[in-house]
Amino acid sequence: MTRNRNAKFVKRAGPAFTFIALGTTLVAAVIVSLAIGRYPIPVARALRILIALAIPGTQPDGPAWDEEERIIIQIVRLPRIAVAALAGAGLALSGAVLQGLFRNPLVAPQIIGISSGASFGGVLAIMIGLSSYGVVGLAFAFGILSMILVFGLSRLAGGTGILSVVLSGIIVGGMFSAFVGLMQYLADPDKKLPGIVYWLLGSFVGADWTKAAVIGFPTVCAGAGLLLLRWRINLLSLGDDDASALGVPVDVLRWVCLGLVSLIVAAQVSVSGGIGWVGLVIPHFARMLVGPDHRRLLPASAIMGAIYLLLMDDLARTMVSQEIPIGILTAIVGTPIFGFMFWKTQAKGWSHD
Amino acid sequence: MTDAALSFENLGFAYKPGTWVFRGYKGVAHRGQVLAILGPNGCGKTTLLKLLTGILCAQEGLVRRNGQMGFVPQLFQVRFSYSVFDMVLMGRARRVGLFSVPSAHDENIAMESLRRLGIDNLADRAFDELSGGQRQLAIFARALAAEADILVLDEPTSALDLKNQGFILDWIRRLAREENLTVVFTTHHPDHAYAVADLTLLMLDACDFLCGSTRAVMTEDRLHQLYGTDLKRLRFEHKGQTVETFVPVYGAVRHGPTE
Repeated sequence: MTRNRNAKFVKRAGPAFTFIALGTTLVAAVIVSLAIGRYPIPVARALRILIALAIPGTQPDGPAWDEEERIIIQIVRLPRIAVAALAGAGLALSGAVLQGLFRNPLVAPQIIGISSGASFGGVLAIMIGLSSYGVVGLAFAFGILSMILVFGLSRLAGGTGILSVVLSGIIVGGMFSAFVGLMQYLADPDKKLPGIVYWLLGSFVGADWTKAAVIGFPTVCAGAGLLLLRWRINLLSLGDDDASALGVPVDVLRWVCLGLVSLIVAAQVSVSGGIGWVGLVIPHFARMLVGPDHRRLLPASAIMGAIYLLLMDDLARTMVSQEIPIGILTAIVGTPIFGFMFWKTQAKGWSHD
Repeated sequence: MTDAALSFENLGFAYKPGTWVFRGYKGVAHRGQVLAILGPNGCGKTTLLKLLTGILCAQEGLVRRNGQMGFVPQLFQVRFSYSVFDMVLMGRARRVGLFSVPSAHDENIAMESLRRLGIDNLADRAFDELSGGQRQLAIFARALAAEADILVLDEPTSALDLKNQGFILDWIRRLAREENLTVVFTTHHPDHAYAVADLTLLMLDACDFLCGSTRAVMTEDRLHQLYGTDLKRLRFEHKGQTVETFVPVYGAVRHGPTE
């Protein structure tokens, strides 16, 4: 009961404070990610390089760093940080939106079948030997294609409401997952299969500014759209009948949101492969921090998702000498966290009775 | 009497072509009136409410709404623990721009709506932690915030204990009398309709209905026809007032005509 009152106090007294804290943590995570790695660069020097890159001419007394360090920061770490932060923000935002739309806190971006479609596109590109940009392009194209299929199937079946979307997503996603399996089965086990498996596990290896733009443009545009609609998600989460009685064009609005989410998810998978347990876990954390109101939940989820994937990527590239695929890390770290939260929320439920 | 707030004519609806849930229904309710809809399970009460609010479209006939509709579904459940205030604020959906969030003005109206129902002390409570009666009141407040003229309630008393049933019935009457709202509600309790409704619609059959003033429509014979069980009209003195109500006669169910 006391904890409950505390949570309420935080909710009322501190939304601004919470967001300042989250923003500061994100900046700190970016700076730490710039500094650490196989080639450690002191934080102060990393910061000076960053400032010099951002505002040329602010370091007039000549560079106090090696050219090598500048290249590592500019060509390797900054684009990777951008991709990781955008992927995390996009996935967590998508998860929060979908959990609201489907009125179910156990929904993750994977449920609408877009990630499977995008995965198939990427695997297909690796199979036919396209470059890494070919992988990105084909994965994005198939992500969008699967979204169109989900939309078409749901319309064709004539069903209305959430259930028909979920079923269509499961059907389309299942089909593309089967195709991915088929590709893996057919792939040359020496030449192609390792690349396919590694890509499917998800990684930010090889992130450059082109990939940052590929994930950045859809994520920022669609994300901004979803953030603008953040209060409408509250209304949609009431359920179809109630929301439409309040004057919300439920069907149109839901498909607009799903379309925006699909853009984000397709962009993420195409650039960094399959990364689970971000879109499911982070919105729960955000809900504990700022409450269920999507006006605060959506921005909080996005910031926390960015922080989470930045830190996971730092782990991925520093823990052992061989880089760990990020998808494995997010699952290994995400599942016990989720289990712990499940236990805590159950405990809370008991104390209310 | 002023113009009708809500009227429907020749109303027919079928989920499958040819299988009419009901057909030819007709009725009218004015501002400040309470209309109760009675009928057995599965006769299409909720369907009728959805047609009246416009959530569903009728195959036949016409619904005229002279004012803003507010609908409260049965078994109202929220999945996220929004605060009562946030719930009431959602009533402002029509007044808030698509890409916008509620303004301070909207928040004032939401708070004022809570105050009018005397539950402003609940504003910060989680909606899903409220009792059934408090929830109904919060939803009424939301309808006030939506500036609804016509309030449509699907079985508002069915999940409540006796005290809260009376409490909500009292508020249904007050919303009609004091806020000049038109209230339409469905119920399985003829005594609830008899206590507060000016008008009653009996859904006797897909093509057979009776709609009119509660006193005229609700008779022992009609209710027997409606429910297939005996109901007795009772009249007695209680605290200096004459009370009239219907009670079902359990254990004496007959399927023939009454004596």
